[in-house]
Amino acid sequence: MEPTDTGEPDYYHRVVDCQWACPAHTDVPEYIRLIAQGRFTDAYMVNRESNVFPGILGRVCDRPCEPACRRGRVEEKPVAICRLKRVAADHRDDIAGLLPKAPAQRNGKRIACIGAGPASLTVANDLVPLGYAVTVYEQYGLTGGLMRTNIPAFRLPADVLDDEIGQIIGMGAELKLNAPVKSLKALLGGGAYDAVFVGSGAPKGKELDVPGRNESNRVHLGIDWLHAVAFGHVQSIGARVLIIGVGNTAMDCCRSSLRLGAQNVKVMARKSREFFKASEWELEDAESEGVEILVNHSPQAIVTADGKVTGMLFKVLEYDLADGRIVAERTVGERLIPCDDVILAIGQENAFPWIERDLGVEFDRWHVPKVDPVTFQSTRAGVFFGGDAAFGPKNIIWAVEHGHQAAISIHRHCQGLPVTERPARGVTLASRKMGIREWSYKNDYNPVERRLVPHVALAERFKKLKIEVELGFNPEQTALEVQRCLNCDIQTVFTAPLCIECDACIDICPVDCLTMTANGTEAEISGRLKAPRRDLTSPLYVSAALKQTGRVMVKDEDLCVHCGLCAERCPTAAWDMQKSTVSIPHATSDETPCQKQATRKSA
Amino acid sequence: MSTPKPKVAHPSLPRNSLGLTRRDYEGGMSTLCAGCGHDSITAAIVEACWGLSLEPHRLVKLSGIGCSSKTTAYFVGEAHGFNGVHGRMASVATGANAANRELTYIGVSGDGDSLSIGLGQLAHAMRRNLNMLYLIENNGVYGLTKGQFSASADVGTKSKKGDANTQPPVDPALLALSLGAGFVARGFSGDKPQLVPLIRAGLSHPGFALIDVLSPCVTFNDHEGSTKSYAFTREHYHPAVEADFHSGAAADFIAPAESISVDYREGEEVVVPLHDGSHVHLKKLDPGFDTSDRAAAYAYIAAKLKEGQYVTGLLHADPAAGGDLHAANRTSATPLNRLPFERLSPGAAKLASLMARYR
Repeated sequence: MEPTDTGEPDYYHRVVDCQWACPAHTDVPEYIRLIAQGRFTDAYMVNRESNVFPGILGRVCDRPCEPACRRGRVEEKPVAICRLKRVAADHRDDIAGLLPKAPAQRNGKRIACIGAGPASLTVANDLVPLGYAVTVYEQYGLTGGLMRTNIPAFRLPADVLDDEIGQIIGMGAELKLNAPVKSLKALLGGGAYDAVFVGSGAPKGKELDVPGRNESNRVHLGIDWLHAVAFGHVQSIGARVLIIGVGNTAMDCCRSSLRLGAQNVKVMARKSREFFKASEWELEDAESEGVEILVNHSPQAIVTADGKVTGMLFKVLEYDLADGRIVAERTVGERLIPCDDVILAIGQENAFPWIERDLGVEFDRWHVPKVDPVTFQSTRAGVFFGGDAAFGPKNIIWAVEHGHQAAISIHRHCQGLPVTERPARGVTLASRKMGIREWSYKNDYNPVERRLVPHVALAERFKKLKIEVELGFNPEQTALEVQRCLNCDIQTVFTAPLCIECDACIDICPVDCLTMTANGTEAEISGRLKAPRRDLTSPLYVSAALKQTGRVMVKDEDLCVHCGLCAERCPTAAWDMQKSTVSIPHATSDETPCQKQATRKSA
Repeated sequence: MSTPKPKVAHPSLPRNSLGLTRRDYEGGMSTLCAGCGHDSITAAIVEACWGLSLEPHRLVKLSGIGCSSKTTAYFVGEAHGFNGVHGRMASVATGANAANRELTYIGVSGDGDSLSIGLGQLAHAMRRNLNMLYLIENNGVYGLTKGQFSASADVGTKSKKGDANTQPPVDPALLALSLGAGFVARGFSGDKPQLVPLIRAGLSHPGFALIDVLSPCVTFNDHEGSTKSYAFTREHYHPAVEADFHSGAAADFIAPAESISVDYREGEEVVVPLHDGSHVHLKKLDPGFDTSDRAAAYAYIAAKLKEGQYVTGLLHADPAAGGDLHAANRTSATPLNRLPFERLSPGAAKLASLMARYR
């Protein structure tokens, strides 16, 4: 194999699994170390640079980082990254002075953002400091989009939303509430805007076409119903509620029902648990509150009498599985489940009745806009899409990343630069050696297990609709959980010419990820590793030829716990522990250096 | 601050017939210099003990004084151990062996401990054919006292300050051959694929097994001009016969190839490229070479030493050498700790009758 090019920015980035998995590439190990040092404000600001809404995401993020976490490969459970993010948000000081403001002299460019959800707000966050005049149009009287209307307050309190959205508006964005955009043509027509960003979400609940659907007003569309609950239009529900669908919206519907007086709430799933779309922790939370989840029930009809729902009829199914996929299904029975309300939560879509079809903004045959997945530009130059509006329902962290990328595009578009040329990522490395066997990060492997976040007692949490269920980690839990982070960004950096092939690193490595062997093909080298290679997609580091025998040093990155022992036992410092900092370009990367915030360092 | 080796391990580590992984055969964290050859030998011992499926509590680790003698603390933490006085490890091993012949004995010593202060002890342990593996971690200097030449330093080798050694060395392998040891081998800390099978063989040999392991001192003897540096040893060590002659249940584990990956075949010469573009020629011993021929082995090693080559590998093995300590001294087959007290201590009357025989 050729020697690995570690100068390629993605090599060391990939080793930091959480950051690599995060759509917005949040520098997780860095902020966890800052939390460990009690520097909550700094930890918050590191988060904010990439994910913009640490307080919100610290509660309701879909956490793609956690399944990726290295800790989950050497132990059962990953680091509670999301819950640590909330610790930073809950304990930070006032950050008003740390946020950039719109410059006194604006740059003369005007941008319209449609919808005050996470994607639009990220665009504003990135463009306002550069001097753009950003106007955010929101159809309702409150900001936040689906974050406020679809996520119940017992999971995401309104004051957290208000605070983090207020930060962005406070930079100098113009917010127009109760200002639905009825026509894109009208908005574009006057030439008032240099670019338009559509971040209007996926606000249309999918319908269920079964008999009885329209014969009662007690059959609700999940996201509309949640919206009505959030705005106080709905304050009660029947005693027996059926939720159709088993995604995260369904979980929010069933838990909201319990708080509005439902006594018996069932979530009806068409398939078995391994096919559920809801996050595992949301399923657990719902079940712990007494929600029953029934599998293999396919809805057939809603039974009504005098405009009231009396029950719902299901087919009971059986499936044949092969390799985790359904290969056959059979009906094994029918079941009528009595109920008073039915909530449909089987998905949602974006909808653009307000975009005229003759503007050059093209849609595909499913009425989904044609959006470039890199630039987020539509088929009309200057019109950009992001968040759920672009590619259908994802989650908040994706919307944030879409916003960042769209902001880069808009910034380039407004300067007359091609949007397809993207700023490059970079990586810098700096040694963390402090002395013999001393590093400026805590490198010992702490075998503590994942902490469980405390919850409000069941009896208490149903008293009011808006009691936040999760309490967040207490100081003792935080102190233990931060030490579970393996500091994957403190990289093992090898300098081949220094190696004397003494084997010390290989002998000491606790997870046997190092091997010195003759060079060969990847398959040959994989077969000669000291311990079996478990993940063939995980990078294999291969050094240049070593000077005494011509062998190569090979490292399987998959299970390295970044304990630094290879570097501690290396007599010639051929191995060194170096912090990698991946620079993820944002529109604001164009700031002049003196405008940039002071670098925060934790290790 | 030193960090202990974390307990975290690769989830798919192979297990031996006792269900143990290599990690279960580790000991305490080494306090030797980073890069010390001794640590590699420790790792080779761990690998060999694991590969043999030795029960940790059936192993006895013995040592004297010196860097080498610290290493018994770094492997098989659950084994018995005795860290004796300087050069007296062999006496402790003799006593332990006499009291319990059922255990596996491994002594780890150095060139100072064994070839200077303890040379007489070593010589008589070989002469008595003590059933043990005696491993000399040979680096040619006194590391603990900052790098003076030891009795194994070659003529002409340079100290770290540049002084050349003028006194001829004691070669442990030649010494063992001349004193009748039934198993003589030489290895190199930087060549585990050769060393691990040698240790496994030595531990399995019935009788005295000596392995002289070239083990560079990374702090005081790894410089230009030293004949025991990593670089010099790599250029001048000379693998002899195939080392992995060991048979038995444990032999089904094949160590991953980590050597310079030259597949030696008997009677063939192999060419290994070096970093500077030159080549070192490694020649196998004659196909006719017989590991049971003590005199031939002696002559061959001595001839190669004159050429500046250290012959490594298994040099001499005679499993049927016989006449060990137990036979000569008619020691108890039952370990003393299992004999009833009345037999161990027959009482005053028996003592009086014994004394009467000498009056």
